[in-house]
Amino acid sequence: MIPVVCYISLSAILFFTGVFGFVTRRNLIAMLISVELILNAVDLQFAVFNRHLFPTQMEGMFFTLFSIGVSAAETAVAVAIIINVYRHFHSDQVNSIENMKL
Amino acid sequence: MANQIVFAILATIIVASAIYSVATKSIMRAATALLVVLFGVAGMYFLLDYTFLGAVQISIYAGGITMIYIFAIQLVSKRTLQGLQERLKGSKVIAGCLAALAGIVTVLAVVMKYQFIDMFQQLPDKEMEMSVIGNTLMGAGKYQYVLPFEFISLFLLACIIGGLVILNNKKEENK
Repeated sequence: MIPVVCYISLSAILFFTGVFGFVTRRNLIAMLISVELILNAVDLQFAVFNRHLFPTQMEGMFFTLFSIGVSAAETAVAVAIIINVYRHFHSDQVNSIENMKL
Repeated sequence: MANQIVFAILATIIVASAIYSVATKSIMRAATALLVVLFGVAGMYFLLDYTFLGAVQISIYAGGITMIYIFAIQLVSKRTLQGLQERLKGSKVIAGCLAALAGIVTVLAVVMKYQFIDMFQQLPDKEMEMSVIGNTLMGAGKYQYVLPFEFISLFLLACIIGGLVILNNKKEENK
């Protein structure tokens, strides 16, 4: 049996790797990839808490299930926005949309 | 014992690919490393006996979202993204490192301070039954999830329409 602390450490490392990527990257798609890392860390944590601390219930598992669905939708819309930004500015760097007007 | 070995292998793969994904300069390699991380997390779900969750993770994340990313990378541009070499500013890297380290230290300090009452042994080591998941997802009683299920279907429809509306700007170009 694996202690919960191991899972939490793994999840924390994954989460803050995502935060690091989000801070350092200047490319919109690379930032979105970092956001996916953060979402995965949180999803994993929901499932671990559910299975290890409250094994008779299923709230964490279903929360993860819905969270995966929401993040899929979020990715699709974000990629649509990024492609649209690229069409307008011919660049997908963050600083090219500083003014937020077309 | 086998569980610990599988956990160690998966954790190593996940952490190494995650760090590679945020550190590499090529965007396509970052997307591929993300795919490896997603498979690793799916393996974690299998390890926790949530086989349904692992299957969902593989089919939606690894099958769907990574595909969207690769399409976006290929679509956006021939020169800006493919073979992109990103310039990372030193000050930003240091700020990111400091933020991440401070966060990890805070989280681990809080976690180590408390004792978790681990109930893993309470349930036999077998996967959750599919019929239980289906009844819980479709039931309308207490601790059942038909309302979020319907809501997320509406949400996905709204996202499809939103994506189409965002990308459909031909009218403005004709003006």
